[in-house]
Amino acid sequence: MPFVAAILTAVRLDLGPARGSVDAARPGFALHDETAAAGIHFVHHRPTFDPKIANIEPHVAALGASVSVTDFDGDGWPDLYFTNSRFGEPNALYRNRGDGTFEDVAASAGVADLNRPGDGVSMGGVWGDFDNDGREDLLVYRYGYLALFKNIDGHHFRDVTEAAGLHRWMNSNGAIWIDYDRDGLLDLYVTTYFRSDIDLWHLATTRIMHNSFEFATNGGKNLMFRNLGGGKFEDVTDKLGLGSTRWTLAAAAADFNEDGWPDIYLANDYGPEELFLNDHGRRFTLTTAGLESESKSGMSVALGDAYNRGHLDVFVTNISERGYLFQNNNLRLNEMTGRTPRFRNMADAVVADAGWAWGAQFGDLNNDGVNELFVANGFISADSTKNYWYSMSKIAGANARLFEDARTWPAFGNSSLSGYERSRVYLNRGLAGWVDVARSVGVSDTYDGRAVALADLSNRGAVDVVVANQNQPAVLYRNRPDSANHWIAFSLIGTSSNRSAIGAEVVVESGGTKQRRVVDGGMGFASQNDRRLHFGLGRTEWVDRVVIYWPSGTQQIVTNPAVDRFHTITEPKR
Amino acid sequence: MTGISGAAVKQPGLSRWWQRMPQVDPRYLIAFLITLVLVAAQLRYHIVGGYSRLAVALLTCMATEALLSWFMRGRVVNLQSAYISGISLTLLLKPQGGALWPFALGAFLAIASKYVLQYRNNHLWNPTNFAITTLLLAAPNRISVLSHQWGNDVATNLVIWTFGLVIAARVRVIHITLTYVASFLVLNSLRAALLHQPVLPEIAPITGPMYQLFVFFMITDPRTIVRERRWQIVVAVLIALVETTIRFASDSGWPLPTAFNVGPAFLALAIVGPIAKAIDLRRSRQPNAGSGVIPRSAGSPATS
Repeated sequence: MPFVAAILTAVRLDLGPARGSVDAARPGFALHDETAAAGIHFVHHRPTFDPKIANIEPHVAALGASVSVTDFDGDGWPDLYFTNSRFGEPNALYRNRGDGTFEDVAASAGVADLNRPGDGVSMGGVWGDFDNDGREDLLVYRYGYLALFKNIDGHHFRDVTEAAGLHRWMNSNGAIWIDYDRDGLLDLYVTTYFRSDIDLWHLATTRIMHNSFEFATNGGKNLMFRNLGGGKFEDVTDKLGLGSTRWTLAAAAADFNEDGWPDIYLANDYGPEELFLNDHGRRFTLTTAGLESESKSGMSVALGDAYNRGHLDVFVTNISERGYLFQNNNLRLNEMTGRTPRFRNMADAVVADAGWAWGAQFGDLNNDGVNELFVANGFISADSTKNYWYSMSKIAGANARLFEDARTWPAFGNSSLSGYERSRVYLNRGLAGWVDVARSVGVSDTYDGRAVALADLSNRGAVDVVVANQNQPAVLYRNRPDSANHWIAFSLIGTSSNRSAIGAEVVVESGGTKQRRVVDGGMGFASQNDRRLHFGLGRTEWVDRVVIYWPSGTQQIVTNPAVDRFHTITEPKR
Repeated sequence: MTGISGAAVKQPGLSRWWQRMPQVDPRYLIAFLITLVLVAAQLRYHIVGGYSRLAVALLTCMATEALLSWFMRGRVVNLQSAYISGISLTLLLKPQGGALWPFALGAFLAIASKYVLQYRNNHLWNPTNFAITTLLLAAPNRISVLSHQWGNDVATNLVIWTFGLVIAARVRVIHITLTYVASFLVLNSLRAALLHQPVLPEIAPITGPMYQLFVFFMITDPRTIVRERRWQIVVAVLIALVETTIRFASDSGWPLPTAFNVGPAFLALAIVGPIAKAIDLRRSRQPNAGSGVIPRSAGSPATS
């Protein structure tokens, strides 16, 4: 009898936990797909490559849909930049008209035509005021040459890549702005996926793939470019010890150990996550911090205070597919200031499995004072009756010499690979765990999500969600949070620090809790959130104090700021 | 070098070790090999995924074995078999999230199957194979099995293959391992030809870690293999044949349960092994009456 009971127990456990239904019915917010109404008609197109790798082109060409938030024209309304990835297909810069609609001005601004033979195709863009002139500049990373655009007048951009010393061919899927040496100038960290000597349109060899599914080290070398001022950058990668050659898909920077210097966290495909601690801007040290034992397929790095402890925790997405593979997402609690500095993985089964997960972001979607998690997912949606997982399983455990050569891979054909997955929206219930409320809040699309960016697009105290989907239309989810909850938001302007205030961290103390956020210089997967910092407050009608840790080292305290409004705060002179 | 002193020939240490190895209880050799696999994989690849998994699997296996043997046979049997099952499950099971229940349930099912699913006082399924197959069929939403967590590195694999082959040779089951490997290569090359697909991806799985555990710890399990050498070879071929058939069905898009696509080798053994063993027991005049010990003359290691 116990024997049969054990088998039945396994069947019951396979159905999943029974908890969470009550919360799922009352998440306190709703997300409405208002993409068309907003005038956003962007459709991403995937690239095509050298026919030598035609057998797995859907796999190699499965990246490139990105979205980043900026206020490029300085009118106080967040704008959106989407990248495309096929030759001749334009990128889009959607200017926020302030009335709930957008217009694509990329062509007139000069940041549309970036997908050209010889130059490469766009994989993403990241915004930052690298010359501190008060206007947001743009770095586009590609499978191809980097492209740096200086914002001339809030309407037009000029390509300054050559002059900046950034004309480098990198097969990149990510970049972040970071002032690692705290000199007030934004530096640039660019991650690389395929090796930089590979031209995917003119392959000299088909031995371009990873040399391990879990411990690969033959990816492209990530590079750190120091901003010298005067529009010049210098490669300081080796000097700083930052040249990881794992297959990095995402990076994020924050002061994890709260020593005043921004550190760098990497999500690597086919390998373990990496944490580089900043030693006073002189050098970075790769530290284990508990990350080395879980080698996976890191896709995205999201930073947020998961449990209002006043520290920035990390959420890294991975791959899960029933029966085949449970790599499990990581929700890592930041304990870097403790006696044994480390990150502790707290992901339960619900958060751990979001399918083939890509971009993710923390955000207080219901303004209740704790962060939710939005996770985009799905890899390749094609013929739903054909599943490449079975083919993948043949080589996944095999010897590396076999699958390092792209030609060895089974032909992809028109198969799907973790396709038609629905995004997850995880409601944060604190110690009671997380529950997926995607369906009940109105998120039901099954696009192949890649990048997720959060922004209050209407300046009304609600965090909206924008998702860039691979080879598919972008989606704008307009948020309707519980109106009884309060909020507060901050727009920071650096003076001694970089003007974008990227890297500034803000701690809001309210009702006995602390919430920490960091001004985003690039986060998630191929994405960048609104750099204004939004905090939900729940029913609490006041904020005790706000502590701002500026990148320059200046610490500023604001007491009792008014709630339910934006505050623009300029860094005080030292 | 061989030293000669008078008329006596003094054998070097390695040679003496080689000569004496068959005298060692095969279970110790297999336990050594599985421990080597575990330690190498953990040190190099952190493959365990948390020592709590190892503790739960090992403790459950050994406690279940001790309790059931005491309850059903009046004595606690040697727990090495349970030890091997516990480590095998730790290596093979890769569950959703941080779940520990698959290790507890899997361990219980593995050991209990030996006492519950018997024919003529013999168990029919390799315990670990039964547990993995049952969990894959019953809980595919929560369970996956070892795939690429091993690092795809030729050096580590070579160590395991070398030790595995040496030990298999000395405990006289290498013919089963080699027959299966050869059959796999031939049948799947044929399959690739039939499907007009490249051969390499189709024979690639045999180079992976899951198959190392399969060929050294499952299909050579003395308690569940048939008795005669020639039939052992036939059964090994049959397992490879059924596995290839399952793969062929997967290639053709048959709506098989996920378990068949994920672990065709496990399923093939779970299907062929018990049938072959039952037939073997039925045609045997002197069935091994569940003494718990394989005659040394059988030349097989006692594994899990």
